[in-house]
Amino acid sequence: MSSIALLLVGLGMLTAGYLFYSKFIAERIYQLDPDFRTPAHEFRDGVDYVPTNKFVLWGHHFTSVAGAAPIVGPAIAVIWGWGPAFAWVILGTIFFAGVHDFGALWASVRNKGKSIGTLTGNVIGNRARNLFLVVIFLLLLMVNAAFAVVISNLLVARPTAVIPTWGAIVVAVIIGQLIYRYKMSLLWVSIVGVVALYALIFVGYAYPIVLPESVLGLGPRSQWILLLFVYAGVASMLPVWVLLQPRDYINGLQLFLGLGLLYVAVLIGAPDIVAPAFNDNVPAGTPSLVPLLFVTIACGAISGFHGLVSSGTTSKQLDKETDARFVGYFGSVGEGMLALAAIICTTAGFATLADWEAMYSKFGGGSLAAFVQGGGAILAGGFGMPEDLGATILAVMAILFAATTMDTGLRLQRFVVQEAAEIAGFKVNVVFSTLIALGFCLALAFGAGADGAGGMIIWPLFGTTNQLMAGLTLSIISVILIRQGRPAVFTAVPLAFLLTMSIYALLVQLGQFYAQKNWLLLVMDIVILLAALWVALEAAIAMGRGAKGTAPVAAKR
Amino acid sequence: MGEDRRSGRWREISAGLREFYVAPYRRTFARAQREEDDLFMLLVFAETLGVPNPAAWYTLELMPLLYERFHDWHRRMGMEHSPLDHLRCC
Repeated sequence: MSSIALLLVGLGMLTAGYLFYSKFIAERIYQLDPDFRTPAHEFRDGVDYVPTNKFVLWGHHFTSVAGAAPIVGPAIAVIWGWGPAFAWVILGTIFFAGVHDFGALWASVRNKGKSIGTLTGNVIGNRARNLFLVVIFLLLLMVNAAFAVVISNLLVARPTAVIPTWGAIVVAVIIGQLIYRYKMSLLWVSIVGVVALYALIFVGYAYPIVLPESVLGLGPRSQWILLLFVYAGVASMLPVWVLLQPRDYINGLQLFLGLGLLYVAVLIGAPDIVAPAFNDNVPAGTPSLVPLLFVTIACGAISGFHGLVSSGTTSKQLDKETDARFVGYFGSVGEGMLALAAIICTTAGFATLADWEAMYSKFGGGSLAAFVQGGGAILAGGFGMPEDLGATILAVMAILFAATTMDTGLRLQRFVVQEAAEIAGFKVNVVFSTLIALGFCLALAFGAGADGAGGMIIWPLFGTTNQLMAGLTLSIISVILIRQGRPAVFTAVPLAFLLTMSIYALLVQLGQFYAQKNWLLLVMDIVILLAALWVALEAAIAMGRGAKGTAPVAAKR
Repeated sequence: MGEDRRSGRWREISAGLREFYVAPYRRTFARAQREEDDLFMLLVFAETLGVPNPAAWYTLELMPLLYERFHDWHRRMGMEHSPLDHLRCC
C-alpha cells in the first residue's frame, strides 16, 4: 500500500470533517452567533482578555496542544497494524476531538471565559470539580515521568541528537535576550534562531555524544533522566522570559517546519507501507487492541488536555464566536495531522516487514524510536539526505516537544504543591516545592522500572487519565446542551464510548500491574479507576438533572 | 503602490509573530508586574499601617497618586475593608 494514498485519504477525510461535520455542529448544535459579545471584548483588559486574529489564535492553540504525545501514542499503537491506528486517529479527530475541543471553547465563551474546572463546579457540582483537580495532578505527574523516559531513550539511541537538544536551550536563551534586552525585530531573530537550530543539528551529526556506561552504578538512560529532571527543575524556576517563552516559540516554528518537511518528503519519496493493516502476529505480552488502542492514542484522536487549553486561555482571546469553529475544530485537525504523520513514519519508514517487526518486538518497544528511524528514512528518500541526519532532525523535534512539555508541566506541578501546602496551613518556597514535584516524578519514572526502561508502562495509564478528563469536559458540554433543549447525542455518544473504554482499559491494566507486582502503578490505577467511576456517576446525575430542568443555567443565548 | 502593500504585509507578519511570541505569557508577566506593584504599595503605606519606614518622608508624597489603587490592593491582600481610618474606600 502506498503511503501517499494513506496520506491523501487521511487528509481528505479530515478536510471533509472540517468542511461538513464541523459546519453542522457549529450551525445546528452549538449555534454560533457572529453578534455574540465574546469575553475577549466584554472583559478586555490587555492581559487575559484580548481579541486576537483567528489565524494567530489557531497557531497558539495548536502549538499549545501539540507536543510529543500525538507522536508517541500512534507510534506505540501501530503494533496492532496501521489500520486500527489510522481509523481511530481520523474518526476520533472528526467525531470526538473536534467536537470536544470546539465544544470546550464554545462552553467557556458562553460562560464568561471560565475554565472547564470552574464550569465543572458550576454545572455538575463541587465534588466533580475536586475530582477534576485530582485528575489534572495525576496527568501532570505522569506526563513528566513518561516524557523524561521517552527523551532519555532517544538520547541514548541517537547520540547525534545530544548537541542540538541541549544547544537549543542556548539558542532560546539568546533569542530571549535579543528580544527583551536589545529590542531586535522578531522576524529576523526567528529566522536566525531556526537557522542556528538546524546548524546545531549538523554539528550534532558530526559529533555524537555518548554518556559513560556507568556513573555511580547508573546506566546512560538513568543518567539522562536525572540530568533532564535537574534541567527541568532549574528551567521551571527561571523567569519565563529567559527560557520558557523563547523555547516555546522556537518549538512552535519547529512544529510547522517539521510537519511540512515530513509531508513533502512523503509526497516526493512515496514510500510503501511495510507494516500490516491488521497485525495478527503481535509480540507476546501485547495487550488486546480493544480497549488499549483507545487509551494508547489519546492526543491525536481525543485528549482532555485540549479542553484545559481551549477553556483556559483560548476562550479569552476569541474575537468572534464564529471563530471557535476554525480555532477549536481545526486545532484538533492539526493534531490529527501530526498523528497521521507519526503513523506513516512508523509504518512506511522501514525497508521490509522484518525490519518493522524487529522494531516492534515488544509492546511499547517502537514508540519514538520507530518514529525517528522511520521518519529519518522518509526524509532521506524525499530530500536525498543521509538517513541518520533525517533521524537526528526528527529526534530533536520530538525531544524539544517533550522537553517543553516537561518544563511547563513541572512549573504547573510546583504551583499545585504550593497551593496544597497553603490549604494544609503552611508555606513552602519555590525551591522546596520544586524538589517535592521532582521527587514525585522521579519516583514514578524509576518506579516503573529500575533503569527507567519500563517508563513507557505509564503511557496507557496517562492516556486513560487524559480520556477521563475529556469525558468530564464532554459531560459538561452535554449537560449544557440538554439544558438548552438541543441534541446532546453528538457529545453524549463520544462520552459514553470514552468512559467505557477508559474503565475497561483500567481494569485490564490493573491485572497487568498486579501480575508485575508494580505496586506504585497499581495504586495509581485504583485511584484513576475510582475517579473514572465517579466521573461516570456525576455525569449521569448531572444529565438526569439537566433533562428534568434542575441543573444550573448555563450558556444562555 | 505595490511596495506599500508589500511593506504592509511585512508589518502584518511581524505583528502576527509578535503576538504569537507574547500572548501565551502575557498573563504571567502581568502577574509579576502586579506583585511588584503590591510590594511598592506596601512600602508606601507601611507607616500608616504601623510599620516603621525609614523612607516615609519620601513615600508620603506618593500616597495621593496611589489612593485610586488602594481599594483593589487591600482586597487582594485579604483585607475586606480598608484598614485605614482616614481612607474609607469601601
